[in-house]
Amino acid sequence: MAFNAVKDKYRSKVGEVVLGATKEQGGTRDYTITIGGEAALPFLHFEGEIPNRPVVAMEIWDVAPTDWNDCFKPFYADVWNDPVAWAKKCVDEYGAELIVLHLKGADPDVKDATPEECAKVVKDVLAAVGCPLVVTGCGKPEKDNLVLPLVAEAAAGENLLLGVAEQENYKSLTAACMVHKHNIIAQSPIDINICKQLNILITEMNLPANRIVIDPTIAALGYGVEYGYSIMERARNGALQGDTMLGMPMIGNVGYEVWRTKEANASSDDFPGWGEQENRGILWEATTAMALLQAGMNVVVMRHPKASNLIKQNIEELMVKTSFDE
Amino acid sequence: MFIIGERINGMFKDIAQAIKDEDPRAVQEWAKKQDISGARYLDINTGPAAKDPVKAMRWLVEVTQEASDLPLTLDSTNYDAIEAGLEVCKRPAMINSVPAEWDKMERVFSLAKKYNASVIGLAMNEQGIPKDADSRVALAMELVAAADSYGIPMEDLYIDPLVLPCNVGQDHGPEVMVTLRQIKLLADPSPRTVVGLSNISQGTKNRELINRVFAVMCVANGLDAAVADACDSGLIEAIATSRIIMNTDIYCDSYVDVYRKQK
Repeated sequence: MAFNAVKDKYRSKVGEVVLGATKEQGGTRDYTITIGGEAALPFLHFEGEIPNRPVVAMEIWDVAPTDWNDCFKPFYADVWNDPVAWAKKCVDEYGAELIVLHLKGADPDVKDATPEECAKVVKDVLAAVGCPLVVTGCGKPEKDNLVLPLVAEAAAGENLLLGVAEQENYKSLTAACMVHKHNIIAQSPIDINICKQLNILITEMNLPANRIVIDPTIAALGYGVEYGYSIMERARNGALQGDTMLGMPMIGNVGYEVWRTKEANASSDDFPGWGEQENRGILWEATTAMALLQAGMNVVVMRHPKASNLIKQNIEELMVKTSFDE
Repeated sequence: MFIIGERINGMFKDIAQAIKDEDPRAVQEWAKKQDISGARYLDINTGPAAKDPVKAMRWLVEVTQEASDLPLTLDSTNYDAIEAGLEVCKRPAMINSVPAEWDKMERVFSLAKKYNASVIGLAMNEQGIPKDADSRVALAMELVAAADSYGIPMEDLYIDPLVLPCNVGQDHGPEVMVTLRQIKLLADPSPRTVVGLSNISQGTKNRELINRVFAVMCVANGLDAAVADACDSGLIEAIATSRIIMNTDIYCDSYVDVYRKQK
């Protein structure tokens, strides 16, 4: 008997956000990346069009990380004192389509880099690579509110994705994104209600919904990935039913979350039964990313080049239409 | 549940006057006001006084569309007037309404097919409005079968179980609630449901309260749409809240505003 796939019909679709701007569009990027736009749940091509594939972004810092596992040294130790070289290596050697520059050095407890220094790093990275750029602050609101507006101004026209805005601190970044025409990351603490409310607050300041990317806050496998998953699932179902305030593409810091887990870092000497550490970490990162892609994540921010390659391959395989998709 | 704004109706004096004078101001003001207040469709009814309902319907549709982008619900028992309105509608419209009577269903469902319109079907026939839920559901089934035979998707069929004023037909209230639930079992995907909300309070003293409570009860019984007063802010708040309680919309602090703006 012939198999008939049960197809759901949806009222609406996820909004699209464009990252980066080419010369014709007022920036200097070689290309732009469009995320979102799906009219069905993840990879269910037979239920609706999924026009843009999820994107694998690679994470770099403006200062050399001191707490990264030694297994990263062969990949990054030659470049992590220089964000420009780091960005170039990610693009040239590891095939990064999108770079996430984390301005960790702005943190008063790290390097306390001035807003001007941070803006210069962003400009230098933009000059060195042609891919669109995501820039995130150090995570301390008082400092980020000084740094990010200056970054926004220095990179005017480049259509960056800047983050993060939170419910208690969104106005200054939203204003900067409005004035200098960038996109914003709206971060909520694994809370669908705050996620929606923050999007409303930002759009009420007149930043259009198609310039917002949701960071639902995710966790690594074994550390509550299922909470993030269920929030994202609800947001996606909401978006497809027409809830425009949940209809933005989503980004998640997979590498950051995974590489602070014991399972990714513990040495094989300490836990012989767990297998070789680096492979274990790579698989932990890739598995977390895979789960989140299935929940509707549009940009996974990865750290290990091998995990990043695994996910790219996984996305390739999932973006192929099947026999149900006529 | 969404609101079909009821205010552009020749039963109201200002609209009757506007039609008579061909002065679009009152019509367009109400179009904008209902749009902002939370309506997702605008009902257009020439009223009984219009001398030439065909001409009046076409004019009302045209001037309303100049003021609002909302889709329209063309409300008349004169199907020539409805067709005249459909001809000039920019967005897929809704036809309000057709009873479960064959000759009328034939005309209305073929119009709906031709103009890609949705249809409000009334659970009544030549014998009038049934008293109990079972008879209402039987008529709903006739509407479902007829719509299906014309290739109208169930998502485009809105069945109205018919509401009587609570001071006249008090015994109809619970029957309407049962009907709303049973209509959902008639087909898969199921047809939608709609009520003329304000009918429940015709001739009563505390109309707004009755309308709001009735709306909330209907939402709890799965109602999809209501022809109602979109400018009754308390009604909008009650509906938005009932959608939260029913887990239809995801809660956020501004959920009432979100409901108002959801088109």
